[in-house]
Amino acid sequence: MTTPSTPAPYQQHPGVPGYVSPVPLRRATLLDALASEWTKIRSVRSTIWTLGVMVVLVVGFGALIALALRSVDLPEGESPVSLGFVGVLLGIIPVITLGVMTIASEYGTGMIRTTLTACPSRARVLAAKGIVFFLLTFAITLVATALVSAAISGILGGSTAGSVWLGATVGVSAYVALLGLLALGVGSLVRHSAGAITIMIGVVLLPLVMALFMMSEGLRDVQQFLLEYSIPSQLAIFYGTPMGEDGPTGWESLGLMGALVALVLGLAFLVQHKRDV
Amino acid sequence: MIEAVGLTKRYGAKTAVYNLSFQVRPGTVTGFLGPNGSGKSTTMRMILGLDRPTAGHVTIGGHPFRELPNAPRQVGALLDAKAVHGGRSARNHLLSLAQLSGIPASRVDEVLGVVGLQDVAKRRSSGFSLGMGQRLGIAAALLGDPQVLLFDEPVNGLDPEGILWVRNLMKMLASEGRTVFVSSHLMSEMALTAEHLIVIGRGQLLSDMSVRDFIAANSAGFARVRTPQTEPQQREKLTTVLTEAGGRVMSEPDGALRVTGLALPQISDLAHEADVRLWELAPHQASLEEAYMQMTQAAVDYRSTDDQLAGFQQGPQGALPGQLPPGSAPGAPGVPQGPPQLGWYAPPPPQPGQPHPGVRGSVPAPPAPVPADQNPYAQQAPEAAPAAPPAPAPAGPAGPGLTKNDDSTPGSDTPEDAR
Repeated sequence: MTTPSTPAPYQQHPGVPGYVSPVPLRRATLLDALASEWTKIRSVRSTIWTLGVMVVLVVGFGALIALALRSVDLPEGESPVSLGFVGVLLGIIPVITLGVMTIASEYGTGMIRTTLTACPSRARVLAAKGIVFFLLTFAITLVATALVSAAISGILGGSTAGSVWLGATVGVSAYVALLGLLALGVGSLVRHSAGAITIMIGVVLLPLVMALFMMSEGLRDVQQFLLEYSIPSQLAIFYGTPMGEDGPTGWESLGLMGALVALVLGLAFLVQHKRDV
Repeated sequence: MIEAVGLTKRYGAKTAVYNLSFQVRPGTVTGFLGPNGSGKSTTMRMILGLDRPTAGHVTIGGHPFRELPNAPRQVGALLDAKAVHGGRSARNHLLSLAQLSGIPASRVDEVLGVVGLQDVAKRRSSGFSLGMGQRLGIAAALLGDPQVLLFDEPVNGLDPEGILWVRNLMKMLASEGRTVFVSSHLMSEMALTAEHLIVIGRGQLLSDMSVRDFIAANSAGFARVRTPQTEPQQREKLTTVLTEAGGRVMSEPDGALRVTGLALPQISDLAHEADVRLWELAPHQASLEEAYMQMTQAAVDYRSTDDQLAGFQQGPQGALPGQLPPGSAPGAPGVPQGPPQLGWYAPPPPQPGQPHPGVRGSVPAPPAPVPADQNPYAQQAPEAAPAAPPAPAPAGPAGPGLTKNDDSTPGSDTPEDAR
């Protein structure tokens, strides 16, 4: 019929691997995975859109507020740079979206199966995604916050201490990028874009919103804690305008967020190792 | 070489794959067949370490996939043509995979050329047709120039030219000494591509043998005999003589006789002795498609029925009284006088839960009979039976006799107690 009657070729070469590729052979490493993730993140439009929106929000809002307040005196001891806070608070949302999409879109499209066939090490893939996303987000946020700080200073004038400058640029950028990394961790746990984004927006907003409605005396301590440790409050710390008196300092809140990210990503590593994809 | 031993996968209460053992050897194209939902894709995912088996294991070249040194250079796979990020161009998609695997970027343009997508390499893959998606998936599988290749339904959505190309590509890859494992439900395609077949149904191994043996074991080679239509008594006479000689005679719709269990010269001699003239005496060899349908019809999960539009019919024909229940099949109504007319495929299907006799004995941990309490299909068997094959049901008294084998089907003898 349709099958040839000749014996199969492998019977002619018993015992040796049937095929040797001429393509140079070398083991892939984390560096290869980083290059791959860089290609992935730069080749989808959602990256440009989300980070672009973030830059527009951060710079635009900061500059608008500065223009509006040109004739108003700032409260005593407050640096003009802190006016960038609102823009950054809004800019968090596209960063969260990108963090979630970086991993959840692979699950949504099924691309993750292709990826994990090309690299069976789940840990390497997740680590590479995290590193590339963190560095990219940090760099773009740093540019945006530096721009807006310079713009505000240019519009309003006035001197600003170096430590506030550092907090309002490097500190804020690191915090926002860590928050995005948290979103990436949640995305890899939930594997569903909309679900993970909703969770992350809840994490950012709910504590503060809840605190605003805790008016009764008995809840005073809880309210105080939420006010001090909610994510917007911790972000405000970098601008030297904390919402509570004895909350964490800027670098402490970076440590707190870092610990939270480590926890969630650690969980994601564990779960990914066991879970079917 | 891919080797599965006792592979089992459960998703909650649903058992997708049960106690599957097989080997896929280098140098040939091995076809992986089964009806929809029979566990082909689940098995492929377990081979690639994407799903963890509930029990058993599967290795490639002696290692589980996730422990393979340099896996992407040893194994390439096309699982799902749509498993790409639609917003990324074909070239960037492949480039990211090449970088992940430590493969030089120049290889990306090579494989784009191989699959013929070089002109659309810069286009976003969301605009690709299913056929272009398949080509992109095949390109990804070929990136690492691997020793072992898995393709899940590679010809879906391809045009005839593409199907021919895939067929030749598979054969060429196998002839280079690679292991090529191709799943499909297109039997005709497998007949032209594969040399070896692994057939599963409801997650269990039904057969593991060469295409040639598969057809021989699962299709009743039979003789078509035709007597002069003008003399029906000759036909009855011949039927009696052949039956007495140990043959089994069935009537075909066009009035010819389908004879199994007797060699052609024997039929001729008997007819001559009985003084019956023959207008036709022809051997019939079933196609792979017939053999496959025959083997898997008991294991089909999703069976279509006639759309009767019952709720919309007006007047007397609304209820369709006497209509056969859905699932009973063509060929059932109108049994003619004389020899019983059968369904299309002569031998009975293998019973669910019963390893097919054709299963290669040398497989480690062969799927031997399993205690009923462990076998998830054992309980289902009674439910499955009525829905299953249309063929034996209307056969009436001839039904049991069919389970005896004839010369060409040494393996199809199914114990009566299997039910």
